[in-house]
Amino acid sequence: MGAVVGTLTMQTKQRRPSRDKADDDLEMTMVCHRPEGLDQLEAQTNFSKRELQVLYRGFKNECPSGVVNEETFKQIYSQFFPHGDASTYAHYLFNAFDAAHSGSIKFEDFVTALSILLRGTVTEKLQWTFNLYDINRDGYINKEEMTDIVRAIYDMMGKYTYPVLKTDAPKQHVDAFFQKMDKNRDGVVTLDEFILSCQEDENIMRSLQLFENVI
Amino acid sequence: MAAGVATWLPFARAAAVGWLPLAKKTMPKPPVDNSSRSDEILYVNVSGVRFQTWKNTLDRYPDTLLGSSEKEFFYNEDTQEYFFDRDPEMFRHILNFYRTGKLHYPRQECIQAFDEELAFYGIVPEIIGDCCMEEYRDRKKENQERLAEDTEANEAMDAPLPPHSTPRERLWRAFENPHTSTMALVFYYVTGFFIAVSVIANVVETVPCRPPKGSVKDLPCGEKYQLAFFCMDTACVLIFTFEYLMRLFAAPSRCKFMRSVMSVIDVVAIMPYYIGLVMPENEDVSGAFVTLRVFRVFRIFKFSRHSQGLRILGYTLKSCASELGFLLFSLTMAIIIFATVMFYAEKGTKGSTFTSIPASFWYTIVTMTTLGYGDMVPNTIAGKIFGSICSLSGVLVIALPVPVIVSNFSRIYHQNQRADKMRAQQKVRLARIRMAKKGTANAFLQYKEDRDRDSDSTALCVKNKSAFEHQHHHLLHCLEKTTNHEFTDEMTYSELCMTESVGFRTSRSTSLSSQQGGQNNSTGCCPRRARRRAAMRLANSTVSVSRGSVQELDTLHVKTTSIPPQTRSSLNAQSDDLKLNCGEQDFTAAIISIPTPPANTPDESLPPSPAPIPGILRNTRATAYTHETVKISSL
Repeated sequence: MGAVVGTLTMQTKQRRPSRDKADDDLEMTMVCHRPEGLDQLEAQTNFSKRELQVLYRGFKNECPSGVVNEETFKQIYSQFFPHGDASTYAHYLFNAFDAAHSGSIKFEDFVTALSILLRGTVTEKLQWTFNLYDINRDGYINKEEMTDIVRAIYDMMGKYTYPVLKTDAPKQHVDAFFQKMDKNRDGVVTLDEFILSCQEDENIMRSLQLFENVI
Repeated sequence: MAAGVATWLPFARAAAVGWLPLAKKTMPKPPVDNSSRSDEILYVNVSGVRFQTWKNTLDRYPDTLLGSSEKEFFYNEDTQEYFFDRDPEMFRHILNFYRTGKLHYPRQECIQAFDEELAFYGIVPEIIGDCCMEEYRDRKKENQERLAEDTEANEAMDAPLPPHSTPRERLWRAFENPHTSTMALVFYYVTGFFIAVSVIANVVETVPCRPPKGSVKDLPCGEKYQLAFFCMDTACVLIFTFEYLMRLFAAPSRCKFMRSVMSVIDVVAIMPYYIGLVMPENEDVSGAFVTLRVFRVFRIFKFSRHSQGLRILGYTLKSCASELGFLLFSLTMAIIIFATVMFYAEKGTKGSTFTSIPASFWYTIVTMTTLGYGDMVPNTIAGKIFGSICSLSGVLVIALPVPVIVSNFSRIYHQNQRADKMRAQQKVRLARIRMAKKGTANAFLQYKEDRDRDSDSTALCVKNKSAFEHQHHHLLHCLEKTTNHEFTDEMTYSELCMTESVGFRTSRSTSLSSQQGGQNNSTGCCPRRARRRAAMRLANSTVSVSRGSVQELDTLHVKTTSIPPQTRSSLNAQSDDLKLNCGEQDFTAAIISIPTPPANTPDESLPPSPAPIPGILRNTRATAYTHETVKISSL
């Protein structure tokens, strides 16, 4: 009889720990963030009030808590590239957006980056891109960093490509571009070299104008 | 793709700036967005209840009524609002779907009314959020079953036989549904009658009848009227055997039939008779034979074919087996404990009936189930104390699990149903996600095909695609240009791999001296970047041909450099240009016309003269990889 009572009580005890964990999870998601005022953001970015309003409404709808963490960011970005694996590139992108390295993107970070990318000067855009490529933020892009980025971009293409993706395609890609950008052949690309070589390339200059009317 | 993601598309497109310095090709032009960018508030009046929402909110789902231009049909110019003569309560949920991206099912609403509203607003029920999906599916299934039952009851009486059914199928149908024909019904009742007769005979033959003359002992009737009972048994067994053989013959799947429970019962019911016939009238063996006759009682289970209730009971027991097992296990534990205790308590006494622990099991069971036969009683004080504890705990042990079993049974029963449902829904959900993913991937491939086909007529490109789709496809296009590779689907990729291996084989077999020719004339003789799509389509039909063709001509690799020849005019220009080059070379191109089926190619841009060549080129076009040199075999 004791055994029966024992087994019955054992069952009830097992159910309790899971409920505690659920409470803990609930607590963590209560973190909320509110952005600075509309006027301040308007002053800091190149967007008008209406544009900021539209942006914020969309942002708040998707992230009611006001912050995007890396997992959510990766998921969102992956939805645009269903063919391949966008998580690596999304990771680098997340770090580029998250200027303060807080581990989450707030609306201000989001809007600041968008302002640079869409309404910024050529120099600002190239600077942002340099920041994206410079994974360890030491001011230099070395070949490994560029290879990582290029490989991440190729990962987004997925497996089924035409022509068939070779395993050394990223490396060849990097070699070609590193040669072009590293002017003094010291093995790293600095910000000035980067900006200079991009300004020399007409294609890049032209393409930079393409994305201006995204919003 | 979740349309809530549409909010993030501008950010994804902006982030594409990060690819620009690394791009191998120039970026394509972005789609022109003619729609006004400013957001406005729309008024939607549903039977008098006014809803207001942003236009962007409704535009999130362009393939629904509210998201497409279909809502213009409901626009009321006088009041400057959209008027719908529908249920405002339901509309609240529909509008919330646009706002949050999740569709919820209101539990107090009728499932059919909800379905009708969804159909009206053009929303597929599959996108109901997971929180409400289970409830929705349950109600829907319940509703469908109820409808099905009604219709079934109506038409069960007069279900017509499917036409052109073989006699075997008709026989099986007659066995399964006795109501279909009178013969089947007669057979049904006859077998039922004989089952009853057989069971009653089994019972009655053990009843003691008056002894025959000249004997004192009471004989069981079975032995007195041995012949009569034997004849009755024989008749029953003959009927059962006949029935079993008929079922076996008519069964659509004999193996499955033989493994089914009812068939096993049938066999067990009739085997003892035949074994009895075969066995000799030997006293030693007849002991075993007698036990076999016990199995005749299984004939009573044949009634389950005739009774729905028995079947349900059997199924219930089967589904509740684990709980019953648990009860038995706990009882066994308690029995062993108390039996041991009682045995050792009563060990000392003289003439104690507790001779061993297994013997004490009987006492424990009888006491715990409060039967108390009294054939074994404890005599020592310790024994009596433990005996009373045993009987008290017996009450608890027996009484407690019964409601637990009942509630467990209903809980487990529903839980099993829910687990199966959730597993099925999980599969469906994953399939949904996979399909949506494939859908977007396919959408882009389709868009590329359309673009290639209508590269001249740009107006055709703008089909019924939303601005969101345009921009998304532009984004994917930019990625393609960055890496200088293109997206394809799985089929063409595997074809590419396959033909690539063919190409590798042939490349080694080539022994061409046209190296010099090939290098000088990098574009080669009549090369053309044949339409990729045609190449892919032909790759199917011509892979086999290419193998043959490759044996005919020692290699013909098509080289295309980084020329992006997308327009027909440029292709034509090239071929003209290169025909001249052809003439300059002093080797004769041994172009054997391969029987490529020209009917397959919709490619009307091909000039007729080099018709065989494009065929060949297209063959090996599929084998093209990065270094594609034109080497025409010199004869």
